[in-house]
This record gives sequence, structure tokens and C-alpha cells, in this order.
Amino acid sequence: MKIDTGRRSLIDRPLAQLTLVRFREFRREPEAVFWVFVFPILLAAGLGIAFRNRPAEVLKIGAETVPLAGELRTEKSLAVEVMSRTAGERGLRTGRLVLLALAGAAGGAVYRYDDTNPDGRTARLLAERAILRAAGVRAPAPESDSLVREPGSRYIDFLIPGLLGLNLMGSGMWGMGFAIVDARRRHLLKRLVASPMSRAEYLLSFLLSRLVLLFVEVAVLLGFGVAVFGTPLRGSLWELAALCVLSAFCFSALGLLSASRVRTIEAASGLMNFIMLPMWIFSGVFFSSERFPAAVQPFIQALPLTAVANALRANMIEGAGLAQVWGELAIISAWLAVSFFVALKLFRWR
Amino acid sequence: MATGAVALRLRALRKAYGDVVAVDGIDLDASAGECFALLGPNGAGKTTTIEICEGLLEPDSGTVELLGLNWVSDERRLRQRLGVQLQETQLADKLTVEETVRLFRSFYERGPAVADVVAMVELEEKSGGRVGQLSGGQKQRLAIACALVGDPDLLFLDEPTTGLDPQGRRQVWQLIEQFKRDGRTIILTTHYMDEAERLSDHVAIMDHGRIIALGTPRELIASIGVDHVVEFAAEGAALDPAALEGLQGVRRARAENGGFQLQVTELHLAVPALLDELDGRGIALTELRTHSATLEDVFVMLTGRHLRED
Repeated sequence: MKIDTGRRSLIDRPLAQLTLVRFREFRREPEAVFWVFVFPILLAAGLGIAFRNRPAEVLKIGAETVPLAGELRTEKSLAVEVMSRTAGERGLRTGRLVLLALAGAAGGAVYRYDDTNPDGRTARLLAERAILRAAGVRAPAPESDSLVREPGSRYIDFLIPGLLGLNLMGSGMWGMGFAIVDARRRHLLKRLVASPMSRAEYLLSFLLSRLVLLFVEVAVLLGFGVAVFGTPLRGSLWELAALCVLSAFCFSALGLLSASRVRTIEAASGLMNFIMLPMWIFSGVFFSSERFPAAVQPFIQALPLTAVANALRANMIEGAGLAQVWGELAIISAWLAVSFFVALKLFRWR
Repeated sequence: MATGAVALRLRALRKAYGDVVAVDGIDLDASAGECFALLGPNGAGKTTTIEICEGLLEPDSGTVELLGLNWVSDERRLRQRLGVQLQETQLADKLTVEETVRLFRSFYERGPAVADVVAMVELEEKSGGRVGQLSGGQKQRLAIACALVGDPDLLFLDEPTTGLDPQGRRQVWQLIEQFKRDGRTIILTTHYMDEAERLSDHVAIMDHGRIIALGTPRELIASIGVDHVVEFAAEGAALDPAALEGLQGVRRARAENGGFQLQVTELHLAVPALLDELDGRGIALTELRTHSATLEDVFVMLTGRHLRED
């Protein structure tokens, strides 16, 4: 048999082969492709549609008497139905109505509504305005509306950077953690270290494949946001790319840490969910993290996903430079460095 | 490497896991160009021993020398010259045969072309197929291919045929016999006595972390001083095995699994004597088998147990 000893082409070098293996395994796992590329788009599309800024909705209310209904109908934002008190109470309970106007003492009205429901409070104000208008009361000075609907101040603009951060977290942690735990479970890691493979190159191949997949997944999600919702990209794109790379490496390091010891996929999933769940909830992906009480804010602000989401939003929506998000950069870098070194200390090849 | 040089030398090797001593002071020499088998039941310490040799485990004490090198100072050079197949490795299901071999080939500075290795283990037709689709025997041949990509001077095979069907085993055996003809040094662990007998030049029989016998298969079998084993079952009156030891040509007799086993030096004398004896006692023979003594009988003789307790 012929033995080759000469120099090999670039593609047959270990790092290239290890990286190719990463791509092949990813591409041949339809579920992974779905969660990384398709799921974030479905989520953005779903939430974008659910929370899109619609023309102010017409609120359904009930009125006990015909004269009362007539007065209320002068308000175009209210859909008024005349009904008995019992039918109205049922409508309130089932959420079909947001307010029920009953005839009150001295020709007045009694409003029944849930004051913790914003729609109920709005209906209450609109009803009062209608009755005043019917009585001929006018505003003391002219008033007019100027509506805010431009990109950058909508919910979807808040959401897209958050989803991008969430996606970087998910693919970084699963991409790293799953493959490593699976290789350990199969005793494949042990087989690899029994060969002359460089352990550093093995880990490096994960980062290289992450970089390429990262480019694709960021481009897909942002491209979708820009094309469908007109998401603004006000900051420098290079700085945005740098933020994404730093964040992806940070979450890959966390993934490596979660995968450093465990032997089963179940244990790895549990551990990674345990790490990621608090960030899903607290890190302000879907709504501002500032809504949580002040006492837990230091904890929330120290989470890597909070820093990533804030930095991405600052870049995309406010056009902030890297210098303006140095605090977030410091938090992300610290997580990256600490997780990576602890992971290397704990890592078990067998 | 010159034939006769020592390819693997172990001295006073010891490894314990907590209170359990897995390897309890092993000395062993394997020459270049030979096939050396570690034979023993599950849990005898074979895998621990071979993994220490492969540099995957550190011994608590003792020395390992391979090809004149050792793990402490020559790890990089050694890894390039060893081929390793591990007992439990499952290669990645999503890769093809060719991709898997190419990956492993990339780690070695020298070695045969990928297609040649695939052809050597007769997987050409499966070359583009996924590893997950292969049969057990094909997977094992692929694992062996991954051990061959660096044209190794020393090849470690840990239980290469465990779990394979007879056809799969034969194919792996033919492969190993081919390596022997190529003059490679092979260290093999197995709990199949026929595998050790057929493939190896020297056998070390292991039990409870120790080597309890060492030699060529022929020497080991000769050492128990019996040429044949007669096994029989009978019904009728009770039979004391001790009563059979006086028979002509019978060295030893013992009851086993409801039957009896006789270790015999002269089969042509022992069988007629046994039949006469049973006839005289009015005992009816229900089963009678004879075979030439094997390494299994050596193990039974030394430990009173079988290699495979199943």
C-alpha cells in the first residue's frame, strides 16, 4: 500500500476537517437548522404581528338603556350595544365587553369595568367624553393629535435586537454543548484524544464554525426585520458585527462550561435550561427588564443576555457607538473569560 | 523496526479505582511484528491495561514503554505511531464513511490515502453512506480503518469482535490476519478463547487484574497436561465425579451444570472406559461431547470458572 508523507492540501489539515465536520453535522440535523434559522423568524413574525401598532381599536361596551346608548354612540371608538343588566354582566365576565354602562341616579350613569384592564380604563374615559360631548361640553382650548408611528419607537424595534441576543444565546450554548456532550457520551472524545489530534484545534473548530453560522443567522434575522418591519440599523454595522461575535463567543464559552463534565444529553439539557431560563425571563428580550423591582436589578443587569440585548438595542435603535456601551462590553467579556477558563479547568475528555 | 525488538514493555503496572484494584502488578513484553492477546473475562482488567498502554489512563505505579518511547516525554511522537480502536466508541452517525476516515487521516503526518484505507476494510460500497446506516460489523471495520489511517507501527484493538455476528467476526479476523502478514505489531484484548487462539502469537490470560498464565496458545494448552475434554450428561443413579478419576486416561473429573467434565490425556482409552463404567452402574448416557483442549480449558483449570459467565 502506498504511504503518503508529503504536505497536504489545506482542506486535509486537521482544523479544516474538524470544522467541516461541524458544518456537516449541523446541516444534517434538520431540528438544529429549524431552531437556529426558522424559529427566530417565526417568533419575530408572530410577535411583530400580535403587537403591531394598529389603528386604535374600537372597544365593545354595553349600555342598559337606549338613551344612554345614544349618548355613548357619539364616540366613534366605542361600539355600543343595548342589553339587559344580566346579559351585560355576563359579557364583562367573559371578556366580550370591557365596560357596562348602567342607568344611575338622577339621570347619571354607573360604569362597571375592571380598572386593572387598560382597555376598561380607556373605555371609561371615552364614555365620559361621549356623555360630556352629548351635553355640549367642549374643551376650553383647541386640541389635536400627532401620532408616533415611525420605526425605532415600535414594539417590534424593541423586540428584534432582543430576539437576536436570544438567538445568539441559544445557538451558542446548544451548538457547543450538545455536540460536545454527544461526543463524550459516544466515547468519541476519548477516541479523538487517543489520536494525534490537537485538543486546542478541536475546540477552535467549534468557534470557527460558530463564526460562519453566526454570520448566516444574524443576516437572516436582521434581513427579515429590515425587509418586513423596516427595523432600523442606526449604529455602525461593523460595530454591530463585533458585538455579535463577542456575544456569540461569550455564550459559546457558557455552552462549553455547561458541557465540560456531564455525560448525558438529558443532564446537559437540564443544565443549559437552568442557565438560560432566568435570562429568557429577566433579560428584557420581550419587555423591558426595568419593569422588575429595583432590588433584583443588580442581578438582572449582570446577566450576559441583559448586557447583550441592551448593547444591541443601543447600537441598532439609538445608533450608539461601542464607547457608549462599555459597561455592557465589560460584562460580556467578563462572562466570556471566566466561563472559558473555568470550562478548561473542569473539562473532561473521557 | 527489527523483528524481535520489544514493541511493548510493561513493568509492575498497577491501577486502582478507589478500593477496586483493576490492574494488580502486570509485567509483559510484546515483540515487534507479533500479535499479542490479553484474554480474560469481563472485569479482568484488560481494558484498563490497554488504555494505560494507549496513554488514555495514568497508572498508579509501574512503567510503560512502547516502541522504545514513553508517554511522559514522547507523547506527540507516540500518538503518530499508534493505531487505536476503543471498545465503546460510537463514531458520528451523521458523517459518511469517507468523511470519517478523512477526518482521522487528517490528524496523521503520514499514512495511506483515504480510499485505500476504505478499500482495505472492504467498505468501498458504503463509502458515501452514513455511519448511522452501517451494520455492527461494518461499524467495527470502520473503527479499525480509523486506527489504520496513520500506518501505525503498533495497533491496539480492544475487544474488536464483541457483539458481532459470526460473519462480522470472521471478517474482522481476516482483517487482523492481513495486518499480521503485513508485519504489524498488534495488541488485542478479547474474552473469546477461539479469537485469541486463532489470531495471537502470545497470550496473556488475565483474571482479577493479574496475569495468571503467559505463553503461546500451544504452550498454554500443553501446560494443563490434557489433550482432550470429554463432557457428558447421564441419568439414573447418582454419580460422584471422584469415582471417574480412576478411569484409564482420565486426569481430572468434575460436575458441571448438571453434567460432568473429564480432562483426558488419552481419548481413545478414556471414552471406552467411561462407557463401560456407566454401563456397569446402570447409568444411561444422554449426551456425550469431546473436544481438543482449548484456552478456555486452561482458564477453567486455573480459576475454576469460565471466561464467559452466561
